[in-house]
Amino acid sequence: MRFLFKTDYEDDIRLFPHSGYLVSYGLLLAVLLVAPYVLSSYLMSQLVFVCIYATVGVALLILTGFTGQASLGHAAFLAIGAYTAAYLQKYNVPFPIYFLAAGALTGLIGALVGFPALRLQGIYLVIATISFAFIVEEILARWESVTNGNEGMRIKAPSLLGVTVPRDSPTFYFLCLAVLVLTIVGTLNLLRSPTGRAFVAIRDSETAARSMGINVALYKVKSFAISAAITGFAGVLFAHKLSFISPEMFTLQLSIEFIIVILIGGTFSLHGAVLGAIFIVMIDPFLTYLKDDMPGIIAGIAATFGAGTQGAANVQSKVAAFASLNGLKGAIYGIIIVLFVLFEPLGLYGRWLKIKLFFQLFPLYKRATFKRQKIYVKSERNR
Amino acid sequence: MSYFRAENLSLHFGGLKAVDAVSFAVEKGEILSIIGPNGAGKSSIFNLISRIYRPTSGRIFFEDQDITEQPPYDIARLGIARTFQNIELFENATVLSNLLVGRHRHSTTQLWQELLFLPSVRANEKLHRRRVEQVIEFLDLEPYRDKLISGLPYGVRKVIELARALCSEPKLILLDEPSSGLNVEETDDMSFWIRDMKSELGVTVLMVEHDMSLVNRVSDRVIALNYGRVLAMGSPTDVQQHPDVVAAYLGA
Repeated sequence: MRFLFKTDYEDDIRLFPHSGYLVSYGLLLAVLLVAPYVLSSYLMSQLVFVCIYATVGVALLILTGFTGQASLGHAAFLAIGAYTAAYLQKYNVPFPIYFLAAGALTGLIGALVGFPALRLQGIYLVIATISFAFIVEEILARWESVTNGNEGMRIKAPSLLGVTVPRDSPTFYFLCLAVLVLTIVGTLNLLRSPTGRAFVAIRDSETAARSMGINVALYKVKSFAISAAITGFAGVLFAHKLSFISPEMFTLQLSIEFIIVILIGGTFSLHGAVLGAIFIVMIDPFLTYLKDDMPGIIAGIAATFGAGTQGAANVQSKVAAFASLNGLKGAIYGIIIVLFVLFEPLGLYGRWLKIKLFFQLFPLYKRATFKRQKIYVKSERNR
Repeated sequence: MSYFRAENLSLHFGGLKAVDAVSFAVEKGEILSIIGPNGAGKSSIFNLISRIYRPTSGRIFFEDQDITEQPPYDIARLGIARTFQNIELFENATVLSNLLVGRHRHSTTQLWQELLFLPSVRANEKLHRRRVEQVIEFLDLEPYRDKLISGLPYGVRKVIELARALCSEPKLILLDEPSSGLNVEETDDMSFWIRDMKSELGVTVLMVEHDMSLVNRVSDRVIALNYGRVLAMGSPTDVQQHPDVVAAYLGA
């Protein structure tokens, strides 16, 4: 166990509280930099998706985790970023410019969404953002002169400094990683400055925030704009990674996946966005694996328990039929959300903190450390 | 001209007159207490000043400026800070970041500077920290500096709310029942701090309070309210002996 003696205000401000952090994050960065030369191309592709999802996760954390404004419309922001990139690329705009333009446009639209959202709270805000997402989806399908409608748009590999960067090259991965790292550092900077504290203040008590001189409306719009802009940047990378985009990729299901990213990762820390992104990206191949191999395995178990060849084949076909049911993935996502909310509201990062504390305090760890205290005195009058 | 002035302030909810044509003035550097039975309109007056409610009629002046139409967040920027009767702290943040939010009206940095955490932001943060540290020392909050609010006892939270208000370096501070829920010892501390705020920090205090011993100890003047109207105004002892006030409390 390490005790930190603070001797300077700088101790509370710096990003790495002590040298141990520098070592572990340095190691992590080294591993991530070596990864493309070690991992298979399939895993590399998954890792790129982890970077993109984590970037969106950080964006959503700013809005939902820190400012307390729920959103089920982030797939739409991602779509706006992706389509801006695809559209501008048609006119030979260079990558850095359309990358920035996509972020700027998405941020602007985010701010515009933020304005009507000022008067909405909780479930009503969720419904408003869902409607926004549906509107965007519909516009993408109908505005054929720009978006090419339901036929979708192709997007060529980006060229950086005159060099084309294919979507499965290590350079593209480094690009995604750089965007993620810059997003995280920027967000951490924001959180240790007045704006970040204003966000948290709005989340916990709008009345108190207002009486401390925070312009609640302005900061909510700022939060929407920042979150949307980051998602727009991620959208450009998303489009390049897929090389083809169409409206049905940016559905409610994708927005729900982003919510799962932060819910499962943990809504109180940026670590949560990354852990949640790893979870959501890796669950797909895992489910495919289950779908392909589970019927055979279950049939094998049935056979060893004396079901007979006919019975085993019967079981196998039934399990296979169940595994290929439509909407099974959505149901599994639903179950995962419910289980996390019930049993681990702090998410994967909360679980990690508990495990860490268990070993730090070894025989003295108490479960109650993380138990929430019930607060009975809470005014609801000045909402 | 008075430092702070409310003129014919009224707040009507339909037929209910929560505040009815109340006028009073606060002089610079004094401690003025508002007393009255439950539902007399004391907290409503505070909510009118901090613009949580919009007055039905009447005007509010601070430093000769009409602040009746100012948006709520501008009230704090003008130098009026407040605490809440039922504690409105930022539950899931540390004491330190709660107090730093109190510094919000003094922050001058722009969003893009904060994203990059430029040296100017860092310098500003250090300045804020130094000021917050002075308040922490003033109110003896050192043991709680890095604790989360959600794990702290009620009495400490009450002090943290006062600290957050002080961190904004207010000219006028509104205290909504500073001693409610505190034990005798904590109330004693509170009375010393209120007096020190006036003498050491030069803050003008307007306070709503039920605890008469605290009112007597700290107030320079007292206003008694009932049914949204002013019953009496003057020194603590005068007001408490005023026949209308006695009648309002004892129902004679």
